[in-house]
Amino acid sequence: MSSQPTHYPADLDSVHRLTGAYIIVALISLTLANVPSVYQALDSAGINLYAALPIFRSYYQGLTLHGVGNVLLWTTFFICGFLSFTMVYALRRPLASMRLAWATFWIMLVGLVLTVIAILANQATVLYTFYPPMRAHPAFYIGLTLVVVGTWLVLLNFVMTYRRWRASHPGEPTPLAAFGSLITFVMWTIASAGVAIEMVFLLIPWSLGLVSAIDPLLARSLFWFTGHPIVYFWLLPAVVSWYTMLPKIAGGRLFSETVARIAFIIFLIYSLPVGLHHQYTDPGISEWWKLVHAFFTFIVFFASLLTMFNVAATLENAGRARGARGWLNWILPLPWHEPAFVSQVLGMLLFIFGGISGLANASYNVNLVVHNTRWIVGHFHLTVGAAVTLTFMGITYWLVPYLTGRALWSRRLALVQAWSFFVGEVIFSETLHRLGLLGMPRRSQISAAEYVMPEWQSFIGMPLVGIGGTIMFVSGILYLLNIVLTVTASRQPARVEVPLAGTAGFFAGDLSFGGVGAGIESFPLFAFLGFSQEGWRLLIRLIWEFLPDSELHVIILCYLPFHNRI
Amino acid sequence: MAEAGPPERHEPYLYELAWILPSIAIPTTMLVAVVIAAFGMGIHLPGVAGTVDPTELSQTPPFDNPGLTQIGPNHYQLTIIASAWQFQPKEVRIPSGSQVDIVATSRDVIHGMLIPGTNVNLMVIPGRIARATVNFDQPGTYQFMCHEYCGVGHHLMWGRIIVEGTP
Repeated sequence: MSSQPTHYPADLDSVHRLTGAYIIVALISLTLANVPSVYQALDSAGINLYAALPIFRSYYQGLTLHGVGNVLLWTTFFICGFLSFTMVYALRRPLASMRLAWATFWIMLVGLVLTVIAILANQATVLYTFYPPMRAHPAFYIGLTLVVVGTWLVLLNFVMTYRRWRASHPGEPTPLAAFGSLITFVMWTIASAGVAIEMVFLLIPWSLGLVSAIDPLLARSLFWFTGHPIVYFWLLPAVVSWYTMLPKIAGGRLFSETVARIAFIIFLIYSLPVGLHHQYTDPGISEWWKLVHAFFTFIVFFASLLTMFNVAATLENAGRARGARGWLNWILPLPWHEPAFVSQVLGMLLFIFGGISGLANASYNVNLVVHNTRWIVGHFHLTVGAAVTLTFMGITYWLVPYLTGRALWSRRLALVQAWSFFVGEVIFSETLHRLGLLGMPRRSQISAAEYVMPEWQSFIGMPLVGIGGTIMFVSGILYLLNIVLTVTASRQPARVEVPLAGTAGFFAGDLSFGGVGAGIESFPLFAFLGFSQEGWRLLIRLIWEFLPDSELHVIILCYLPFHNRI
Repeated sequence: MAEAGPPERHEPYLYELAWILPSIAIPTTMLVAVVIAAFGMGIHLPGVAGTVDPTELSQTPPFDNPGLTQIGPNHYQLTIIASAWQFQPKEVRIPSGSQVDIVATSRDVIHGMLIPGTNVNLMVIPGRIARATVNFDQPGTYQFMCHEYCGVGHHLMWGRIIVEGTP
């Protein structure tokens, strides 16, 4: 824990209002996006609710709203709000320009409104991938472009803020939370160039009728240039929370800050050249390019393994700090009564399985068995739908009370919510993975399809998707109810603090496990690599020395945090 | 800890290394397995197989004559045109023990083609020719369906391949 005195900028209220505004919009998006989710869950069980309760013009209109509202709007708005808050608290100084920050918010909000109107008017039933030559109303494309432009302005503000902090803190390591927030937005800004080019040069002129032809494969490739890294844009803020806030909530501290920084850097570099793994079955792209992208995807897997180790070791430390001994009984003393903890840890658990099924997707030809089947739906509900969503929900369980000064309306309800979402997700996603292996396609109104195969309909098949999905839907309602009642009805004052631990320096991972590892150093390989601190220094120095020669000068920005250190 | 003394500062790095080495070994092993399957066992992905003008399909071979053509002993070419919301042809009969080269393209928007129980999984993109090869050794009915959203009738787009036992 930091020994420096905590002094926060005087005008904290301004960033509180900004973060609050982003979170309100994010929660409205989440609500809108999940009205159709129960329709879809029941559709997968063979029950057609679209005719009985016709709010939607088609299954696919609902599916577009669900996809765009959840993964493009809820996540993006939440991330912009949460990481702005994190930057301010980690650097202990206000954002460089509140005027820019609010202009950014309004640009993004206008974009959101345009997008949502186009979808609700059934003028943009193109799903969240909007592959041409299927056409949407220009407002849909322009709206999403404005949201993306907004995220670039968030980065601009972060960089200006960071530079000011650096000017007054020469030689100090960048606090990990600020480092992670910067990496998240730098990675995303580079990655979003693909979809920005697709929008500005292909889709918008074409949807306005200015050009008549469009290359569907080019559009798809540009989309996926952004479309895979975007999952790391959702994931990295969750990782920021796991690395820099969860340890304090759990009652310990981060096991290794060095490994955390290295994982962030690997995420930054290798998140980018992986998009073709969504296009393994596309004609017109050579097998060699696909294999190269498979290779890079596995490097990102390495970063995820580092994260898993680091977070698990952190939790183990926290359990031991509460007096646990032995191999596994550090798990019980963890704060299982704390919704902000439970929600995030359950999200992490599901992420392990989401990661494993993602490896099948990334595995070049293994993907032939699962591409565009329900397996994929199961996969991304475990990752963005569980790991990211449960983490963001867990964050709001402390952040909303902190911002409003009102205690969470019901801690017990929040615990029920987190666990029920977890159980629903397990039932839902496990079943979808199996149905995918049996050849059930994704994105298809199964309740009206003629090709439904008997093995999909068995008791442990389609009905379980409906049951699991409905549990998640109800859990989502409990979540919103709790947050709304916290803001409107809670009378208890909140007793929460921002769970940001002060950083203990760049090479901070010097917590000891007290003798458990005795003897490892006797292995020759470890003795050779032995040394750890020097090894890491060397690795980082190598990365640092190679990067200035690369074409991606923007990446260098991210290494600013190191430059006074190494 | 071999000797008593002040706590050794480098100890957590042993854990880091103990974890990092398998973290490198696991993905590497998986990649090697993938490469062996692809280039040793010949489980290929669709690659570059030419282009075609989607407005001229009726004048461009082989798409002027969609359906099954025998091109050798036990060797057929199945030419498929996907359009909203049907496959052409919708049903074909093939003797078992045949090797079938699937050649597909789209007339309008992006479609897909999935034959559960086989390795056929194709994106069918207008302007591009998609190819896959499959051996039908077991008699039976194989369904295929469009697996990329192509409009409100997407779920109605499917067909079947009937593999008949050799007489």
